[in-house]
Amino acid sequence: MSAGSPSTAAGFEQELTRPWRERAWRQTRGAAPIFAILLSLLVWIAIRNPNFTDPPVFLAFLKRAAPLMILAAGQLFVIISGEFDLSVGALITAVVVAAAGLTEGDPGRTWWVIALLFGLGAVVGLLNGLITTRLRVPSFITTLGMLLVLQGAVLFWSGGAPRGSLPENFRIFGRFGFESVPVIEQLPYSVIILAFVGIVAILLLHRTTFGKQLFAAGGNRRAATLSGVDVPLVRTIGFVLSATSAVIAGILVGGFAGISQDAGAGYEFQAISAVVLGGAALGGGSGAMVAAMAGALSLEALFTLLNLLGLPKPSRDAVQGLIIIGAVAFAAYRLRRT
Amino acid sequence: MNATTAAPNRAGRNWRGLDSDTALIYGVLSLVALVSWGLILANGGQINVANTLVRSVALGMVAVGQTLVILGGSLDLSVAYQVSVTAVMASYVMQGNPDRMILGVVVVTTIGLAIGLANGLIITVLGVNPFIATLGMALVLRGVLNSSFDNFAGAVPEQFQVLGYGAIGPVPLAVLLFAAVVAIAWILLRATRFGHHLYAIGGSEETARLSGVRSGRVVIGAHMLCSLTCVMTGLFIVSRLRAGAPWVGPDGNYDLESIAAVVLGGTALIGGRGGVLGTVAGVLILALLDNLFNQLEVNTFLKDVLRGVIIITAVAVYALRTRRGRA
Repeated sequence: MSAGSPSTAAGFEQELTRPWRERAWRQTRGAAPIFAILLSLLVWIAIRNPNFTDPPVFLAFLKRAAPLMILAAGQLFVIISGEFDLSVGALITAVVVAAAGLTEGDPGRTWWVIALLFGLGAVVGLLNGLITTRLRVPSFITTLGMLLVLQGAVLFWSGGAPRGSLPENFRIFGRFGFESVPVIEQLPYSVIILAFVGIVAILLLHRTTFGKQLFAAGGNRRAATLSGVDVPLVRTIGFVLSATSAVIAGILVGGFAGISQDAGAGYEFQAISAVVLGGAALGGGSGAMVAAMAGALSLEALFTLLNLLGLPKPSRDAVQGLIIIGAVAFAAYRLRRT
Repeated sequence: MNATTAAPNRAGRNWRGLDSDTALIYGVLSLVALVSWGLILANGGQINVANTLVRSVALGMVAVGQTLVILGGSLDLSVAYQVSVTAVMASYVMQGNPDRMILGVVVVTTIGLAIGLANGLIITVLGVNPFIATLGMALVLRGVLNSSFDNFAGAVPEQFQVLGYGAIGPVPLAVLLFAAVVAIAWILLRATRFGHHLYAIGGSEETARLSGVRSGRVVIGAHMLCSLTCVMTGLFIVSRLRAGAPWVGPDGNYDLESIAAVVLGGTALIGGRGGVLGTVAGVLILALLDNLFNQLEVNTFLKDVLRGVIIITAVAVYALRTRRGRA
């Protein structure tokens, strides 16, 4: 969307030498509409429900939005590199079900299970990346196949009905926070995790060589290769980051929503929608981290608002669909005018 | 990816007009058929070809439509809900009355064409990425369907069920209809300007446009044809179920399955290369595997795992072949 996509080798070299602040601004500027959308949604919610501006209520909203925002951050790395990751929803389900099955409610197992889940995420991301880049399977198919494999494996292992339960010290991340904090009462752990992930993701995408290479790989693969970027490696790291974000989101979802075999259903499309709402182009080469996370927060705000307006679930779907199309159409229109 | 050529035949024709890619896929299909039937017979099961074919019809029609849009470099993720819309509206309009059959078919065809037109316009005129446009359309259709109907609505008259259960001689009517759809799509792609333009656009939209192809119209046309195949699948399903419900489409998983069948059939997801004959083989391979898994009583969930692995493997093999071919 922004002019940040170098389409020639020379343009790419020029892009690399630009100061990062300017680059980040150029990459974010194109996504300006999403901040306007987010602000108007939040104002509308606050009008319907004046309590919304109370710090505890707003933090509770952020807590609900945290998994999708983290997921969108991960998805953005993959989208910028020119690929898709459709397996994240199934991975979230796998994380929730595996966590319950492996800990069986025993708090002593929490830490090694979490370590194991991150290991699972790394393996899934690595497989997605290697199959896509080395075997040249389109990532749409790779991650769709991975979705089927994870979904089937989880259900096969749990026999269709998830067993076990999550120990309290596992659920704490999605559910609780630091208590008795002045003004805001409770500072949810998930919001702290969200802030941490957000900062790391922003720095990684907009301040490191890896970030620049990711934009280059998605913008013009050939130019990137000629400039010495190891495109397959960069893309594979993108997939690992996306899978890792799904593991984190899964741990949070397990904490506040509980165990279910469709815990992660639909998250993959929501994450992609969020990233696109945040101005990233499918096909790669452009996008901004703050905007993608704002896109996710906007989706979550939209769900909250439609709920407040008393719309039944089906109408919410329809409105959500129209708004996603409308926002992307508007972004495309702006792009054509400039 | 700009090495794709606009012509339908990248590899040379080697045998009665079948290019080597299609020949390979039919080789794989024969192998899958032999192995799966052998396994079924060895386990004391029954082979029912007609049954397998009928079960392929629903997915097959949608997959043919999906092939057209994918060849043109687009995609349709709203097919499952389009099938539901047709099934529900057909039984709702017909209300079991034979006199309202034609009205029902006209209504669902009009709705289908309108949805296809909307998809095409959103993609070409508004410039929305097809993935997002049709995903949004799926959400809209789901919302409208679920807020208007919460169960089976109306019924189709008995005469209408001929479509789903009738046969001419030993050949089920639905299979004949499917064969006709495939033939029409094949001719459309091979022998008409529309078909050649579609390949050109899928190969490179910009090159096609600069060469004077009105790419917008062609893509819109492909989306409308895809929607027509969804209407046919919806009518076929409702004729078998007697009534349509909002969940018949998504339960059949037609969106992702049809894309999987297209890709399994050797059509490139980026467009410009492939064809409907490959897609038919893809659909049949999926149906044969399904049949095999059922007969061997493979765990339902394990089936998903196997299917995922098979799809990835197949596409990896095609990718490998394509690279060798270019080297």
